[in-house]
Amino acid sequence: MSSNSLILIIVGGALINNVVLNQFLGICSFLGVSKQMKASASLGAAVIFVITIASAVASLLYDYVLAPLGLDFMKTIIFILVIAALVQIVEMFLKKTSPAVYRSLGIYLPLITTNCAVLGVALTNVQNGYNFIECVLSGFGTAVGYTIAIVLLAGIRSRMNEKDIPAPLRGAPIVMISAALMSIAFMGFGGLSF
Amino acid sequence: MSVILTTTLVIAAVGIIVGAGLVYTSKKFYVEVDAREAAVREKLPGNNCGACGFAGCDALAAAIAKEDAPVTACPVGGAPVAAAIGEIMGVTAGNVERKVAFVACKGSCEVTRNQGNYVGITDCRAAALSGVNVTECDYGCLGFGSCNAVCPQDAIRVVNGVAVVNRNRCVGCGLCVKTCPRGLIQLVPESKHVAVQCSNHDRGPLVKKVCSAGCIGCSLCVKQCEFGAMEFANNLARVNPEACTQCGKCAEKCPAKVITGLRPLA
Repeated sequence: MSSNSLILIIVGGALINNVVLNQFLGICSFLGVSKQMKASASLGAAVIFVITIASAVASLLYDYVLAPLGLDFMKTIIFILVIAALVQIVEMFLKKTSPAVYRSLGIYLPLITTNCAVLGVALTNVQNGYNFIECVLSGFGTAVGYTIAIVLLAGIRSRMNEKDIPAPLRGAPIVMISAALMSIAFMGFGGLSF
Repeated sequence: MSVILTTTLVIAAVGIIVGAGLVYTSKKFYVEVDAREAAVREKLPGNNCGACGFAGCDALAAAIAKEDAPVTACPVGGAPVAAAIGEIMGVTAGNVERKVAFVACKGSCEVTRNQGNYVGITDCRAAALSGVNVTECDYGCLGFGSCNAVCPQDAIRVVNGVAVVNRNRCVGCGLCVKTCPRGLIQLVPESKHVAVQCSNHDRGPLVKKVCSAGCIGCSLCVKQCEFGAMEFANNLARVNPEACTQCGKCAEKCPAKVITGLRPLA
């Protein structure tokens, strides 16, 4: 596997097939936690952390347990089980070893446990037949894409706070419209496809 | 049949391994939590307003449990909360009087006028920065309601061009005090009703020109007060709530009727 195609996996995951804006996964936290720049950046960091670990574990589990036993059809349920437990373990580990990191990421970790983006990445990796390294990189790239999207939306929302938005559009509607426009803008990256 | 069996076994095995892993980590990485911290957090109001100076109620609870903060640190909860926390921490809380916000301006639409035509963000701070003379009085309430926007209790509202505090709803967190660009809002003890409802430091004639309800700086109230509770500086009278006995003589004497008397503020 050449290093060139590994870079492509990261760029593809982050921009071309952006998990939020092109695949519409993880919309819940994307809209919910994008009120403040700082919170969304912390959530993004937590997502990068979790998705990278989760895709690594899911890849190993699939390659060495599920595929040899022919249990391909059980991958969704096993991944849910393992990812949820994994995040819990990581949370406890962080709480003990680095309280500072725990304080900044802590409240977001349980939130991510059930985030469909995490599961979505693990399943997409398997579908694409990626090997271990490719899975980790693809997970990392996807999570970076998520972070880019949520931080951008938070920036837009903090700007919008100062603007005189027509009353019926205030709150959720204008956020939806902004997200839709961002999604259209990200379609431009489709031209990068290799 | 064998597929069902393998599936069941694999899922069960994964479940058991994962469960064992969770049990092991929760024992291995167990973090001691001060039981008092959780109990203190229960008693705090949970507004997360930050008026205590800590980053929300959780942070204050942690500080109180570590005895880094006094049990009376929460200004919102006041005496009842302080007493409850004191019980948990094993110390008696002193008497803490509840404080409420007070707006030192009476400039409603009847007594003063708007001057400049400000078109922009409807926010007092933005208007104050714009340099437009929104109100004729350089010290008065701008009336865009930034105080209302930050109030977690909806206890302060702009009524007829001037901010008015609802004392029953106000929890004394002081967010409006920090927000008002003209510094019109202060926290006063709840039982004190006598206060000067003006912040204009100009001399009498100038005040009269812009507002019929302003303090003209005649200092009659200072002579009237038997307890030395009236302070006078820069053409403006101020009540010192510590010394004030709420007799209300100053309010009776005030020619501009700018001192609120014994009646509770609206």
